[in-house]
Amino acid sequence: MSGHIQNLAPPFARKALAAELSRGVDQAVVRNVSRRDFLKAGGVLVVGVSLYAGGAAGTVARAATSGDSGQSDPWTPDVYVTVEADGTVRIISHRCEMGQGIKTSLPAVVADEMEADWERVVVEQATGDKKYGDQSTGGSLSVITFYQRMREAGASVRAMFEQAGAQHWEADVADCRAENHRVVHGPSGKSADFAELVHIASALSVPAADQLKLKTPEQYRYIGKELRGVDLEDIVQGKAVYGADVRLPGMKYAAIARPPVVLGKVKSFNADKAKAVAGVERVVELPAAQAPVAYKSLGGVAVIANNSWAALKARDLLEIEWDNGTNADYNSEAFKEELLNAVRQPGEAVRDEGDFDAAAADADKVLEAEYYAPHLNHMMMEPPVATASVTAEGCEIWAPTQDPQSLIPMAAEVTGLPPEKIRVNMTLCGGAFGRKGKGDYVDEAVRLSKEVGAPVRVQWSREDEVRHGYYHTVSAQHLAAALDDKGQVTGWRHRLAYPTIFSIFNPEATSPQTLELGLGALTLPYAIDSIRLEKGGVPAKVRIGWLRSVCAIFQSFGINVFTDEIARARGKDPLENLLELLGPDRTIDLTSFGMENKEGHPFETGRLRGVIELAAEKGGWGRELPAGHGLGIAAQYSFDSYAASVVEVAVSEDGRWSVPRVVMTVDCGQVVNLDRAVAQQEGAAIMGLGFVRHGRITAKDGRIEQGNFNNARVMRYGEHPKTEVHFVQNHLAPSGIGEPGVPPFAPALANAIFAATGKRFRELPIGSKV
Amino acid sequence: MIELKINGESRQFDGDGDMPLLWFLRDELALTGTKYGCGKGLCGSCTVHLNGQAVRSCVITMSAVSGSEVTTIEGLDAEGRHPLQIAWAKHDVPQCGYCQAGQIMQAASLLATNPKPDGEAISDAMRGVICRCGTYQRIESAIKSVAGGEA
Repeated sequence: MSGHIQNLAPPFARKALAAELSRGVDQAVVRNVSRRDFLKAGGVLVVGVSLYAGGAAGTVARAATSGDSGQSDPWTPDVYVTVEADGTVRIISHRCEMGQGIKTSLPAVVADEMEADWERVVVEQATGDKKYGDQSTGGSLSVITFYQRMREAGASVRAMFEQAGAQHWEADVADCRAENHRVVHGPSGKSADFAELVHIASALSVPAADQLKLKTPEQYRYIGKELRGVDLEDIVQGKAVYGADVRLPGMKYAAIARPPVVLGKVKSFNADKAKAVAGVERVVELPAAQAPVAYKSLGGVAVIANNSWAALKARDLLEIEWDNGTNADYNSEAFKEELLNAVRQPGEAVRDEGDFDAAAADADKVLEAEYYAPHLNHMMMEPPVATASVTAEGCEIWAPTQDPQSLIPMAAEVTGLPPEKIRVNMTLCGGAFGRKGKGDYVDEAVRLSKEVGAPVRVQWSREDEVRHGYYHTVSAQHLAAALDDKGQVTGWRHRLAYPTIFSIFNPEATSPQTLELGLGALTLPYAIDSIRLEKGGVPAKVRIGWLRSVCAIFQSFGINVFTDEIARARGKDPLENLLELLGPDRTIDLTSFGMENKEGHPFETGRLRGVIELAAEKGGWGRELPAGHGLGIAAQYSFDSYAASVVEVAVSEDGRWSVPRVVMTVDCGQVVNLDRAVAQQEGAAIMGLGFVRHGRITAKDGRIEQGNFNNARVMRYGEHPKTEVHFVQNHLAPSGIGEPGVPPFAPALANAIFAATGKRFRELPIGSKV
Repeated sequence: MIELKINGESRQFDGDGDMPLLWFLRDELALTGTKYGCGKGLCGSCTVHLNGQAVRSCVITMSAVSGSEVTTIEGLDAEGRHPLQIAWAKHDVPQCGYCQAGQIMQAASLLATNPKPDGEAISDAMRGVICRCGTYQRIESAIKSVAGGEA
């Protein structure tokens, strides 16, 4: 199973699993390549560079024009960097841009280290290709994984330009330094543009990683500053290209009626009415899905037409009798009881320190509470869409995708073509939040293009996505705390149950895995003598998928709300209680929970305390509030980062509530692009608020009950709080910013509502009235 | 035959009159700045101007727009330098960007009829255009900067 999971596993899972097999990309070495290692290939030099220290994960080809091939050819000293003869620097963005700004941020790291003038940098989106290393964009991992690699790429090119300057002036390289797209010879004051030196630099060897001099923080030109997104102008002018904006000659448009219940099948269908719609060309039945569902097509019946509207209209006119299969017994109301039953009894202990039972037996008081959080859907604005063109010679795909390399074996299997004949073009994602790491919609497009012998674009409607998505899991938690007669917390027991993401790869998987539990539950950082975490088992009856912040959403909710309940039970201020439970600053050994201690990213409780104190300070903890207002606080370590929220709620006499102000604090080490990092926290507040107010997807008889933004609601303009974002300033190894801001928000808000009203909410969503 | 003007150009359509304007813009004219988000007029990603008013092009049929003047994000300003587009860039509003053409078109329609909207008028106008990334705070700043309020 492990090999299977490694190929199909979610981004964060794949990284962890891959780490067992190799040393990981973040330890990549840019190997010094001697002249004899160059392979002449049609005037282009191909350099083999191992991206993985162990080399097991394959090598990366780097092309460079030879020095004697003339200076008019572009020079590619690194897989991510090409320098044109006029000095234009092209930097590859190999990750997926979905709004988090990575297409700007990682190239800016390269540009900074190579002293390139950002105005003369062109960022190019990569295709899906293993030569770029890992492209599966999720788990807030892009910067964590590639920051060092990008710095080394930039620094090596800078070193080569400085060497070229030395050669040009017949000077000592120590006297030559790159500065904003020029190399300056210090003693003479002479300088030359990169364009003037590229023909010399292109003949040089790539320096070894251990010979590179990386910049110090005070030398950063772009890192930690505010950079506008590279697609900003195109976006505001309506020119940016998303999934459905790709047009091919002869392209057909497809809409699909999918089985309303996962793993259901078409029993029979009548397409007469659909075929009568003008523009409809064909109706095609797709093969039924089989477990494990993974990222595969769900099956169903597809309408192929010469425009989107005809396809969508005709699809709705298909008359289909379904065999709903075994998942038709899925009812959210009944399943809630199943989940609660699972956490009302002992589960499998996955963390057990001290003796909780003894602590509870000796306790003056045992506090207990149950929490429940429903399924959620990503609800990104751009529904799934993909275009594929399959011919006998090859298969080309255009899609908004978080995981382009996963589409290659998938398309190869469907088409029978060798992987090297599959090309995956990555468009911008109109939001993704994890959904677009799962290429079922691409699988559909490839199958249909092969079937009809023309390029096909598959367009999902909003209802398609709400009803056939990969859902954030549904969970129940039971928390218990033992308090002694002095009010000290002597024991903590956390029982939880939820369908696991791994069920899409292994239908037998019924209980949460380390990667899921590690998002808050396993990593509980409280200094309590007896801590026990128990997990229960429940089956998955819909496709479970990771959604921004994943299990940290509900695990943080349970933990942080229960922490507030402990504070009230102890008669303590919630901030004081939280800091006391957190205890003295210390490093937590994640291997003791079966997790990995990532190099450069130890779990330091002092950094969590830091964001809590910063949030309390900036949020004015303890200040006088108007009547009906309340403040709540919560904090969470996730995705190697530390985040806290102080939320102010205002509850009116009729129970309607709003959030006038929130302070979000984050310690993610070195901030790479301050503006986008701030934007991520602003968005995290809105998303967290939406989970509390509206977020809920339910199933009845295996079918999802919601369909569009009217009943699968998200936050709208006017409901947004004034959001202030503060980062802890340091130069530690950068960690995630896309996801860590979400988890503390919902519990901080629920705690604020308690502070304002005395009403305790343990179930999400809370709704618009309390 | 349905005739209408789109971004100042005369256009003709002789297909299904029930087809929403959105698909004519996107599939027939390749004006892909206008986005599909919900198909039910619930999210506003498809917002265009119909005779100067913001409408949801995913629910307005071709029959209903016969003889009308339609403006899309591509036609809002010949240079793409409408004050709101400039403000959107200055405030770095977009995250994923998918909804932003709809946001800008909605805001442009508001300011065309009410150049100095108060907070409530802005909320009333903008409530119908969803941004899942949560850029509302910056949308607010951008609109207010153009409307002469605080930026």
